[in-house]
Amino acid sequence: MTKQQANWSPYDNNGGSCVAIAGADYCVIAADTRMSTGYNILTREYSKICKLADKCVMASSGFQADVKALQKQLAARHLIYQHQHNKQMNCPAMAQLLSNTLYYKRFFPYYSFNVLGGLDNEGKGCVFTYDAVGSYEKVGYSSQGSGSTLIMPFLDNQLKSPSPLLLPVQDAVTPLVEAEAVNLVKTVFASASERDIYTGDKLEIVVVTADGIRREYMELRKD
Amino acid sequence: MSKSVVEVPPKGGFSFDLCKRNEMLANKGVNPPSFRKTGTTIVGLIFQDGVILGADTRATEGPIVCDKNCEKIHYMAPNIYCCGAGTAADTEAVTDMVSSQLQLHRYHTGRESRVVTALTLLKRHLFNYQGYVSAALVLGGVDVTGPHLHTIYPHGSTDTLPFATMGSGSLAAMAVFESKYKEGLTRNEGIELVTEAICSGIFNDLGSGSNVDVCVITKGGKEYLRNHLQPNPRTYTSSKGYSFPKKTEVLLTKIIPLKEKVEIIEGGDAMEE
Repeated sequence: MTKQQANWSPYDNNGGSCVAIAGADYCVIAADTRMSTGYNILTREYSKICKLADKCVMASSGFQADVKALQKQLAARHLIYQHQHNKQMNCPAMAQLLSNTLYYKRFFPYYSFNVLGGLDNEGKGCVFTYDAVGSYEKVGYSSQGSGSTLIMPFLDNQLKSPSPLLLPVQDAVTPLVEAEAVNLVKTVFASASERDIYTGDKLEIVVVTADGIRREYMELRKD
Repeated sequence: MSKSVVEVPPKGGFSFDLCKRNEMLANKGVNPPSFRKTGTTIVGLIFQDGVILGADTRATEGPIVCDKNCEKIHYMAPNIYCCGAGTAADTEAVTDMVSSQLQLHRYHTGRESRVVTALTLLKRHLFNYQGYVSAALVLGGVDVTGPHLHTIYPHGSTDTLPFATMGSGSLAAMAVFESKYKEGLTRNEGIELVTEAICSGIFNDLGSGSNVDVCVITKGGKEYLRNHLQPNPRTYTSSKGYSFPKKTEVLLTKIIPLKEKVEIIEGGDAMEE
């Protein structure tokens, strides 16, 4: 008789994809709004994007219950920081906090695949990409979630920073204008919705600039 | 050293020799390759003058759509069509095979094929393979005895029904049928209902999607409405388009000329005739 395997899992995958692109003076963060489980759709209008600080926005795909818990945890810690330091956390600081929070649960992880985007202290766009246990890296652009295998190669093709082996060292931030970056994001999600069953319904785009945070929506395939 | 004899089942069929090895590999975490399944919503209903079949057009490989516009309504005979859900290779193979057998039977008997003939051929084949041929079918057609609609399950059981749905989207489609089906539907009412049921599968089931295919079979003949409805156009195409000029960057160029190993002597003897 074969050993009985565990048939209850504390995790579930609610699907979806998210993308972030950093520009010279802006940052674009986008995610689809479909939440699913197995072959069923739970809702077509679920926001995976959360504003953590004034100039810092996070998009997460994976298990939304864990994502929600993670967002609450970060919000609470941010509030404490504000009380102690009398100012908002900047993006690189929030990036480190997120990494620490994820690693804290190294042996029962948050099933959450995150991209953090915003403006750093100098007003330049920055994007941080994470794995489920907190390993992170500052990059020029990134995607996570079920459609990331479809989206990332295209972003690499259009935005890829030249090889770090080339000298002189060139900047990771894209030279694209904000409108072009938003256009790119829309194209990428429309394409991902064609081939990934978990991506679709609606696209939520958040743009962080010196003037503030702007939100935009676009319809995606509903099948 | 003992002689090893490969056990081949008589008259073909499946050999289960590698099952133990597969189990061992699975325990080690090596997963078998996934099959291309047609996630699928397929339906059929009987109306006033005959049978209407419907299907979506999405084929999936796990979470990825591998074909956005595949054909799931297969030809069996001029008066019989069959929708297939499950493993794509299995549905194709089994419907092609039975379609050939029906044609030979038509030549032999000199008569139009009957739906029950196709039904029996399919269920005998599927039962023989004990469910390993993963094909779930909705078979419909009109013959001398009248209109017929059947569902066939991978293990070989069949049902005869006035309306039927199969596939991962079958619940979504059946919900529509159970609410709106009535006997004696007209052609247009029937097509509309079938389209509605398939759309329900397309939008509510992630395994189904893209377009609606419809096939109307009556005593007079058949009408195959490929892509009868296309409710999922691409949502966004960039007006400027994208260029792909970047080549792989050259980081380093180093040329090493090949050393000559053999001396080439000019003007050797011509080959003898």
